[in-house]
Amino acid sequence: MKFAVLRFPGSNCDQDCLRTLRDNFGASAEAVWHKETSVDGYDVIVVPGGFSYGDYLRCGAIARYSPVMAAVTQAAARGVPVLGICNGFQILCEAGLLPGALMRNRGLHFICRTVHLSVTNVASPFTRGANQGEVIRLPVAHGEGCYFADEATLEELEQGGRIAFRYCEADGSITTAANPNGSVRNIAGVLNRQGNVLGLMPHPERACEERLGSTDGTFVFASLLGAGLSSVS
Amino acid sequence: MIVKIRVTVLPKLSVLDPQGVATADAMKHLGWPGTPRVRVGKMIEIDAPGEPPEEHLLHSICRDLLSNPVIEDYSIESVD
Repeated sequence: MKFAVLRFPGSNCDQDCLRTLRDNFGASAEAVWHKETSVDGYDVIVVPGGFSYGDYLRCGAIARYSPVMAAVTQAAARGVPVLGICNGFQILCEAGLLPGALMRNRGLHFICRTVHLSVTNVASPFTRGANQGEVIRLPVAHGEGCYFADEATLEELEQGGRIAFRYCEADGSITTAANPNGSVRNIAGVLNRQGNVLGLMPHPERACEERLGSTDGTFVFASLLGAGLSSVS
Repeated sequence: MIVKIRVTVLPKLSVLDPQGVATADAMKHLGWPGTPRVRVGKMIEIDAPGEPPEEHLLHSICRDLLSNPVIEDYSIESVD
């Protein structure tokens, strides 16, 4: 299985993703420059975190028009798993591959700390290695992570089981106090309708080694690698 | 001829704007009476040589690039 890790001007978690995939999972992973017009031959596409195009205009607003994103959109339509982390989540929302938008944190501050998350979808290729309602700890680092969508979209997400992660307390309860950025309904990650595109603000790639304080991100990549995708060679 | 266009982008009224709330609090602190509603957005000024762009192109650029319709509204103003 071959991973593409997209690289935009201003991406800064691309190396973290490549290192995690290669060193922690022994996976084949390559950086793909945003000017590329094809992602053929890759089994999973990772849109990493960072500050693509300096967050100019809006986070992800310019990156979504990079040539590679047209290819990513086509690949997503074919069912290729696409994982957007942090700025990658913002880019996928701007590109219309995921519903909603990420806004300035409710408290206006950039937040950099570890949070508790409840895994609320375990059917996707990214989360099938977790148990429903399992509480995990992942780092967040963002200034614009406040997820917003209108009520109709939120209902569609709820009904479809497409909310993959919610910010929660250590015991799994979903509270306002556990919500670091004001995201509507404590949403930290969502899936597209087909279930093959996931965006989340927390960083699973930064939580795959004991020395980084948590290995709770491991299941995301392990799920993908064990997902038995038809294109696995 | 240079055409000057200003596009104003503001958070939708239905969306909580934390920057606007913080700014309104500061205004009240400075003696502003009552509780103002403040929205903080951005203004984009475009100097375009030649003919003005077709209206549908301008709107599609406002909708697809300059604003995010999920959370923002835009307005267009031609400046003489």
